[in-house]
Amino acid sequence: MSGPFNPSENRDELADRLEHWQNPEPFDPGSIETMTAAQERYFQAPAWKLIWWKFRRHKLALISFWFLLLLYIAVLFVEILAPYELKTRNSDFIFAPPQSVHLFHDGEFVGPFVYGLDYKLNMETLKREYTEDKSKVQPIRFFCAGDDYAFWGMIPMDFHLMCPAEGGTLYLLGTDRLGRDVLSRMIYGARISLTIGLVGIAFSFLLGISIGGVAGYYGGWIDSAVQRLIEVVRSFPEIPLWLALSAILPVTWSPLWVFFGITLILALLDWPGLARAVRSKLLSLREEDFTVAAQLMGASPKRIIFRHLMPSFSSHLIASLTLSIPGMILAETALSFLGLGLRPPITSWGVLLTEAQSINVVELYPWLLLPAVPVIVTVLAFNFLGDGLRDAADPYR
Amino acid sequence: MLSYLIRRILIMVPTLVVSSFIIFAIIQAPPGDYLETYIAELESRGEAVDQARIDQLRGEYGLDRPFLEQYAVWAWKLVQGDMGYSFEYQAPVTEVVGDRLWLTFIISLATILFTWIVAFPIGVYTAVRQYSMGDYVATTIGFLGLAVPNFLLALIMMHFLNVWFDVEIGGLMDAAYVDQPWSWGKISSILTHMIVPVIVIGTAGTASMIRRLRANLLDELSKQYVVTGKAKGLPPLKLLIKYPLRISLNPFIADIGSYLPSLVSSAAVVSIVMNLPTTGPMLIEALKSQDMYLAGSFLMFLSLLTIIGVFISDLALAALDPRIRLEGGATK
Repeated sequence: MSGPFNPSENRDELADRLEHWQNPEPFDPGSIETMTAAQERYFQAPAWKLIWWKFRRHKLALISFWFLLLLYIAVLFVEILAPYELKTRNSDFIFAPPQSVHLFHDGEFVGPFVYGLDYKLNMETLKREYTEDKSKVQPIRFFCAGDDYAFWGMIPMDFHLMCPAEGGTLYLLGTDRLGRDVLSRMIYGARISLTIGLVGIAFSFLLGISIGGVAGYYGGWIDSAVQRLIEVVRSFPEIPLWLALSAILPVTWSPLWVFFGITLILALLDWPGLARAVRSKLLSLREEDFTVAAQLMGASPKRIIFRHLMPSFSSHLIASLTLSIPGMILAETALSFLGLGLRPPITSWGVLLTEAQSINVVELYPWLLLPAVPVIVTVLAFNFLGDGLRDAADPYR
Repeated sequence: MLSYLIRRILIMVPTLVVSSFIIFAIIQAPPGDYLETYIAELESRGEAVDQARIDQLRGEYGLDRPFLEQYAVWAWKLVQGDMGYSFEYQAPVTEVVGDRLWLTFIISLATILFTWIVAFPIGVYTAVRQYSMGDYVATTIGFLGLAVPNFLLALIMMHFLNVWFDVEIGGLMDAAYVDQPWSWGKISSILTHMIVPVIVIGTAGTASMIRRLRANLLDELSKQYVVTGKAKGLPPLKLLIKYPLRISLNPFIADIGSYLPSLVSSAAVVSIVMNLPTTGPMLIEALKSQDMYLAGSFLMFLSLLTIIGVFISDLALAALDPRIRLEGGATK
């Protein structure tokens, strides 16, 4: 066997030696693409379902989500949840320390109760001293009639989730300089502090999406003008400018108008981040194949923007909105704390914290700092939620 | 580099003009002016109003003239270094402000240095040892640092320093040194009093800086060239420092731009709580009493501080990163 190697000869020889086998089953060219039920479910799921599945894996974000949902539901019923009314004053108990809840008295189970407080003015140090009187057992009442209030400022009611015993007190987080219950005021404050974030973000959303949208859609000189404006606004130190703006609000305005004024002011410095995000998303999406396809098929610009472009970045938008709510809550707290934000008839956590402005007060009555706890917890929850949403925002990656 | 520098300066000028205009519009916006309040106050006390003095002030600052003209006068004087007249203190703003501007500047600078010194090692550590105990601890503290309002942090730190170490914090120096000539004792007293404000102001920024550096470094460490380097047997430290670290360092410089405004803001709030003689407390007072030129020059100074800070950080970034100075745009 000399001479050149002949491949075809070789192959025929091999084929002759092997037994020929043929699959009798009918051949289905699509067999490679059939999927298990689980795969099918995954690939056919709509985008929002994918986002939810991905979001669910971020445990902290999920907990934050349920926590915030609960908080916002609670905000609807603050009058019922708070043991006292917002303005209830008790001049016998000024700067009373928090009362702790006990379950057993003299080794016997009596259910949740507090010991009554005895008040004495220490004539040497001139400090108010409160002591627990172990003989006064004041069981907490639940689902009871207590302070009168107007539910949502309209319906007169006196139903509370829990109230102090008849003739007793229930200051779980102490009282302030007018003898008002700190816990109740914190619960009422939640209504303002939590809504100011949402209202402010709504204003900022309107500004950001319209300005960013115009810049991103038209491009050209409008785009560069908006870019410059954003740069200028971002170079301002926020809090001093907020202070200056809120100093403009007339003193004669009613508290409600001040509330809206403050939210608008907060939004005025918050929109640039959002506008920038909208603009850059629009600019990049404009070049995508599906946009070109829609244009070629004759879709109007309006349809392209709202039907094709918006859905692809709305989840990013929601994530960045969530991440800027805590900034608003913190800013409102700081403004009110400095006395240039909301004013006393309206009660927010920041307004409550103005009571704890000086270190001397904090040393004597540390419980006045407690309204800061819900601020921190809420801000943390929004941060985690925003983190989770941002990770889940693009489920196809 | 030179053309980048010139372009950057040219951008800065209109920014300054626009921001000064906005500031002037804001301080002008409240109805009435300080002189009206002042006259009303004098009259209610039954004192004689020095009409000549009022007219002189009015004429000098053109309070009776149209808005744009007033702005032009104010801005022109500002360029010449004349910051106007404080009605409340009855003295030129330059005198009233005194050392406060310097102090604000020094505190901001110290806080930036603090942020860098703390954020750098922690950021690198958390990225290299991802999901380790230290990483979790740093992340938790970082999140808390972002969530706690800094005035609260100031109050809490003052409280505990008072209880544990019996140190009176607050104010810039011990009462004994006020109005004394400069000495080592005075300087060290100022330094010890600055520690707490710097930590308080820097916490939020440090937290976000750590997260940025960690994310950037993690991105970089998972790239193929790092894997290749590792496979070829580069020593781990060299593999970390040679390229990934250098690339992820960009936020340290670039973030000054977005960090400075928030830093200046929180410095203002913390100064009020801790009673530091910086611009913050006086700004609030001036805003409340409609002392417009005083408030305006504080606001102008603060935004000048941030604009120049951003300018410097852009220059540093351009010097470090050829992509920026050649393309004329920041790339992340």
